[in-house]
Amino acid sequence: MPERIVVPFGPQHPVLPEPIHLDLVLEDETVVDVVPSIGYIHRGLEKLVTKREYPEFVHVAERICGICSFMHGMAYVQGIEAIMDVEVPDRARYLRTIWAECSRLHSHLLWLGLFADAMGFENLFMRSWQLRESVLDVLEDTTGGRVIQGTCKVGGVRRDIKGEKLSDIQKTLPEFEQQCRDLTDVFLNDESVKYRLGGLGVIGKSEAYDLGAAGPTLRGSGVDWDARCLGYAAYADLDFKPVSHPAGDCYARCAVRLGELFTSIDLINQAVEKMPEGPIDVKVTGAPDGEYFCRVEQPRGEVVHYLKGDGTKHLTRARVRTPTLANIPPLVKMLPGCQLADVPVIVLSIDPCISCTER
Amino acid sequence: MAFLKRSPWLLHYDASSCNGCDIEVLACLTPLYDVERFGIINTGNPKHADILVITGGINELNRDVVENIYEQMPEPKVVVAVGVCAASGGVFRECYNIVGGVDKVIPVDVYVPGCAARPESIIDGIVTALGILEEKRSRMANLTAEKEVARREAEAGS
Repeated sequence: MPERIVVPFGPQHPVLPEPIHLDLVLEDETVVDVVPSIGYIHRGLEKLVTKREYPEFVHVAERICGICSFMHGMAYVQGIEAIMDVEVPDRARYLRTIWAECSRLHSHLLWLGLFADAMGFENLFMRSWQLRESVLDVLEDTTGGRVIQGTCKVGGVRRDIKGEKLSDIQKTLPEFEQQCRDLTDVFLNDESVKYRLGGLGVIGKSEAYDLGAAGPTLRGSGVDWDARCLGYAAYADLDFKPVSHPAGDCYARCAVRLGELFTSIDLINQAVEKMPEGPIDVKVTGAPDGEYFCRVEQPRGEVVHYLKGDGTKHLTRARVRTPTLANIPPLVKMLPGCQLADVPVIVLSIDPCISCTER
Repeated sequence: MAFLKRSPWLLHYDASSCNGCDIEVLACLTPLYDVERFGIINTGNPKHADILVITGGINELNRDVVENIYEQMPEPKVVVAVGVCAASGGVFRECYNIVGGVDKVIPVDVYVPGCAARPESIIDGIVTALGILEEKRSRMANLTAEKEVARREAEAGS
């Protein structure tokens, strides 16, 4: 039997934009076991709910993660609104949907770039990020921020997108969609990419489900579950189908995210067309008394915000279960049996967002 | 050492940032901002790096990691703290696990403001850091020259 050696991977590693540490147990070049350890960016921001008043905590919630920041803010305010029985105006629900889908687009394009970089396809990395800038332009134009938007608040949204700007956004969509198609063509049909990703990091349908995988990692294994089907914000009024792929390998997870680009474009289109007129926020008085689990589909999977208030301005407890945390057990299952050189690609395939995970 | 002046390499480490600044640092490398036109490359190896770009505040677990990375970098080196968290802890300042800004652990040369810092201001910060790097380099060169003169004088005297 070959000798076993332990190779440390991270926390500072060229392929990781964020620190996570894995101890890889190797036999020659083959990975036989993986021990993850996290905590390098733990800040302890759930505890901040006892120091910040509940309407102010939205700012902190948005900074749980800078990539899906809008959706963290949205999950938090939806939770507070549910506890306090606040009826959010229709226009605000639609605006939230548009911004949430823009965030998903920019997050997926970001991931596609990083993934291409991890498999050594530099050109594709640059192309994906170039395309991502056009989504960021829309976000900056409508909210004022490129990555942290700060437009969600308890009772509605802070800014409106006026009629002309909405139709301008819609006009840019066909060209953007065409560019996404060109990108998809390379990711799905390029021989070298197919050869690099096919059959790598396989996790089966029942295994993924049992280990509690979330988002594209779950759907990449053939489970048709998307938290947007719960119908929060405006998703109940819009028509969409979760994207899934049966293979369960890196290629499948990549294909799911590429498919979701087009779902998001379609959802933005529908939301713009159906956009109702009216106010964008309601006045909220009082303080939350009660508890609520709020589930929202983020680019990386389903996030759960648990909030508990006792009728004062400060919540007593907030707990966030983020999708990457749920995807670490499946990751540990995917790695054994692969080659050391494939580890970065497989780690990236779950789209790890460490600052979400560790909060 | 003149090549440093022309193409400095940077190392990026995420201390405890929310990712907002990290992705903006990466955005600097991609086609819209493209700092590679200045010869700046993002490296993963501290021993190849001239500029350390840190995002986010320091926490209890990663303070050793940050010190370690800083010590591995060869002189002359500069540190750029990107974002308000790296400057002071920012929105997370009151969190129990946050020690504070990057300057609690290692010396910082340039602070880049913003939450999240914009790519334009990050590039501006790095260009400022290049000036400081050049200053440090020439100071080191002068020091070496003085030492050399002193050594020769001592040799001639003995």
